[in-house]
Amino acid sequence: MPSLKDLKNRIESVKSTRKITKAMQMVAAAKLRRAQDAAEQARPYAARFNAVMASLAASVAGSDTAPRLLAGSGKDDVHLLVVMTAERGLCGGFNSSIVKLAKAHAEKLLEAGKQVKVLTVGKKGREQLKREFDNLMVGHVDLSEVKRLGYNNAQDIAKDVLGRFDANEFDVATIFFNRFQSVISQIPTAQQIIPASYETEEGASEASALYDYEPDEEAILADLLPRGVATQIFSALLENAASEQGARMSAMDNATRNAGDMIDKLTTEFNRSRQAVITNELIEIISGAEAL
Amino acid sequence: MAETMQFDLVSPERSLLSEQVKAVRIPGSEGDLTVMPNHASLITTLRPGVMTVETEAGVQEFVVTGGFAEVGENLSVLAEKALAASDLDQATYDALVEEAHEAYHQAKDGSYEDVNAVDEAAKLLMDMVAIGTHIGLDPKTPSL
Repeated sequence: MPSLKDLKNRIESVKSTRKITKAMQMVAAAKLRRAQDAAEQARPYAARFNAVMASLAASVAGSDTAPRLLAGSGKDDVHLLVVMTAERGLCGGFNSSIVKLAKAHAEKLLEAGKQVKVLTVGKKGREQLKREFDNLMVGHVDLSEVKRLGYNNAQDIAKDVLGRFDANEFDVATIFFNRFQSVISQIPTAQQIIPASYETEEGASEASALYDYEPDEEAILADLLPRGVATQIFSALLENAASEQGARMSAMDNATRNAGDMIDKLTTEFNRSRQAVITNELIEIISGAEAL
Repeated sequence: MAETMQFDLVSPERSLLSEQVKAVRIPGSEGDLTVMPNHASLITTLRPGVMTVETEAGVQEFVVTGGFAEVGENLSVLAEKALAASDLDQATYDALVEEAHEAYHQAKDGSYEDVNAVDEAAKLLMDMVAIGTHIGLDPKTPSL
């Protein structure tokens, strides 16, 4: 049976833990709002970009001269997995869920006899993947110094990936990130970026025939495809950032609530033992008085 | 009243402008062009330059550093980086020029066989310098 003093200390320590988790939750909520804003701001660009790319891609599809980024290298032997995670922990299952998806994907590919390379973005994913896939890691992008995600961060990653593609280091690239659904739900997602696959909307191919291109379609496509990679990485980064804050917010909310429950329980226990001590003392006094 | 069309200027990070315009001058990679309502459908890539937007209210200028424009019923410009010309200060501009300068040197030192890349980088640099002259910032004429 813990003494009164021990109980008091424990209550105090849980209280300060609750203060910290509460503060983290509020910080995450503020950051989430900003991250969501950023993701929203980026959406029009990505949407339009994809629409144009879809019509362009449709118009050159099937031609022998289609750029490699669109048509692929003709093989699918070597896969590059770009795994995007957070730089920090304490955000619930956020990092593990991405890593789990990437691992499952990698294992499937390895079983099929393909070669797998892993490029990590964010410290946490690297730490988790290192245990199993240390020999497959080809690089790491550190974003821990980045305060506010900018398009240039995405461009740097894209440049890295494209450089490897040009050097024939891989055939297929897939990015892994968490798609932001809501504060309580983030969906780990795998998205293939090379060769690029742009969904064609109904009727888009017909409309594309009406466009004039300056310079010609293929030159535009060659110019835009690398940007497409950067754009996709950028929106993935933003989705990921929003998801991270969302996940942290709900994780910290849970932690705060748990701390509250624990404080209640400890307080009850504390009161009960205090009562026991008082009763004890009373008994002693009364029996002492009776003995006289 | 002159005819107007919907114009959107978006960069990857945010949407800069979305309103009705009378005409927009775009720095296309193959030459400048002015888009007015009912322009033929066109997709063109951009070079770094100054984009002039003419609305009912007046004229606005934007500095863009590449991207592309889609002309249909509406005009949308998807710029890699875009800034209102009035927001561009010497420091930001210097950084842009510096970036172009670096790209040029990289291209020049890296691969002599790829003459196109060097040419392109040089052109990019000159475009950057032209922007500066246009809006009255000192490009500190970099050496080629």
